[in-house]
Amino acid sequence: MSEPIRFHFDVDGDNFSSAGEASVQVKRMLRQIGIPAEVIRRVSVAMYEGEINMVIHADGGNADVVVEPGKIIIILADRGPGIADIELAMTEGYSTAPENVRSLGFGAGMGLPNMKRYTDDMKIESVVGEGTTVTMTVLF
Amino acid sequence: MKISEIKELLSADVLCGEEMLEEDFCSAFGSDMMSDVLAFVNDQAVLLTGLCNLQVVRTANMMDMRCIVFVRAKKPTDDIVELAKESGIAVLATDKTMYVSCGILYSNGLRNEAVNN
Ligand SMILES: Nc1ncnc2c1ncn2[C@@H]1O[C@H](COP(=O)(O)OP(=O)(O)O)[C@@H](O)[C@H]1O
Ligand SMILES: [Mg+2]
Repeated sequence: MSEPIRFHFDVDGDNFSSAGEASVQVKRMLRQIGIPAEVIRRVSVAMYEGEINMVIHADGGNADVVVEPGKIIIILADRGPGIADIELAMTEGYSTAPENVRSLGFGAGMGLPNMKRYTDDMKIESVVGEGTTVTMTVLF
Repeated sequence: MKISEIKELLSADVLCGEEMLEEDFCSAFGSDMMSDVLAFVNDQAVLLTGLCNLQVVRTANMMDMRCIVFVRAKKPTDDIVELAKESGIAVLATDKTMYVSCGILYSNGLRNEAVNN
């Protein structure tokens, strides 16, 4: 496995019922290529939270996963509203999600903290009015 | 605790995963918030929830959970059951509320040990 393996997904922002599909597929594909279960758990949960965020906060976006020896990189890019105060957004329990999102089981303000906890490195680049790119790395 | 015992104790219907009835699990987690499941589940294999959508199944899949119990008479739609079947997750449905369901299972030995907080 010297050449990186890449997966790409368009994440649909219009249809909540498909939210999380890309992460489920990534989980299946990582299993097929023999990545350790604990690593798959961390990658797929972090990506799932980020994918749900793109759907509920940013009207969808793109997800890319790159598998290198000893390292998996997840890049989630959207053209949503952006995040004005990243430090505040990272606070456990902080959420701007409306009530309807909460009734779907999300919007507890645990997503970004979870993503940070499950990965070895997380970088958020965001410009208000332009969009957000979250890059996460899991080492193994 | 076996899925067959959960079924008995909660008078639950088994909507899929009949072939998993004899599988034995030692801990469970209950929540309507999938974010909490993603934050706090460690190795619990059973999820009790009153939320009823496709993300329940995807969230359980992400956490490698094996059995979902829908409480307080939630009726999962066919697409939810179908996705669970594809994911190798058993689905039960009970009329009992979350509080009562968790209380019954807990007092019969299905604990929450693996939670990391
Ligand atoms: N991709 C995104 N685009 C715009 N805002 C975002 C994005 N991801 C997260 N946010 C902001 O950060 C907050 C915290 O995110 P998170 O911790 O995942 O909690 P939640 O999704 O439950 O609100 C969100 O409520 C939202 O305001
Ligand atoms: Mg979130």
